[in-house]
Amino acid sequence: MTHLTLDEADRRIVAATQAGLPLDPRPYERVATAVGIPTSEVVTRLGRMLETGVVRRIGLVPNHYALGLTENAMTVWDVDDRELLRLGAEVGALDFVTHCYERPRRPPLWPYNLFAMVHGTTAEEVAGKIAAIARLVDPHCRGRDVLVSTRILKKTGLRIPT
Amino acid sequence: MADDMIDDTDRDILNALQGGFPLTERPFADAAQDLGLAEADLIGRIGAMLDGGVASRFGPMFDAERMGGAFCLCAMAVPRERFEAVAGLVDAHPEVAHNYERRHALNMWFVLATGSPERIGAVVADIERETGLAVLAFPKLREFFIGLRIAA
Repeated sequence: MTHLTLDEADRRIVAATQAGLPLDPRPYERVATAVGIPTSEVVTRLGRMLETGVVRRIGLVPNHYALGLTENAMTVWDVDDRELLRLGAEVGALDFVTHCYERPRRPPLWPYNLFAMVHGTTAEEVAGKIAAIARLVDPHCRGRDVLVSTRILKKTGLRIPT
Repeated sequence: MADDMIDDTDRDILNALQGGFPLTERPFADAAQDLGLAEADLIGRIGAMLDGGVASRFGPMFDAERMGGAFCLCAMAVPRERFEAVAGLVDAHPEVAHNYERRHALNMWFVLATGSPERIGAVVADIERETGLAVLAFPKLREFFIGLRIAA
């Protein structure tokens, strides 16, 4: 992972916007006033952060639960390492997979190297989605498991240190 | 439920604006035009969706890792009779962003979020010492591209 150095003005923009953009017709002007730099510089800097990936995207984050997506499953797969790049990309491209990562195996308890998070409105729907992933990976998959969450023990917003 | 809380216009907004919000002088006006809405209507609807909890955030989504921070998924196999006590010890760490009970021999799964990658190992060691249990760390080795959209 490349760490990108943010300067003081960038960090002030992060601090001023990480809770959200002002719901104002000129939101970047409001941010600029708060940060103490010209509006054009806020726009340029946010554009640069988008290009470098510091900002993943600018927009609205739906609440999965409020949209009825109350079921979630962490699906894990033991995929042939030689096929992992291709299959990981294919699984990640499925529109119901919200996170897709390669993670290390921890044998013998944990032989899985591919993680894909699936959300749905019902358990049946989630099962159908898991079956769709299985159809993609099964030819090169030695084992799998599905971990449903039974309880949220803690959930706090991720705050970015600035 | 979603059907009672939002109408088709809200749905269009949720589907269209999960990314790509314009970096322009009047971004709501520009986005509203694409949606066939008035600027004030779009602003009002986004505000209502945030207030009603249909949307959790509106603005730039930052990648903490690209700013030097670190995340790590961790799991523990916690004996049933100690589960509540161990959950208390784990949750007490401010670096634990969320923690889920899951049905598996590894029955406790949590995410650590720290300001630097070095802190991850230190927090893992603290939790192992406090609980006397092994913490398995599952750092992200590679992230596969995810489409932006959750269909609303």
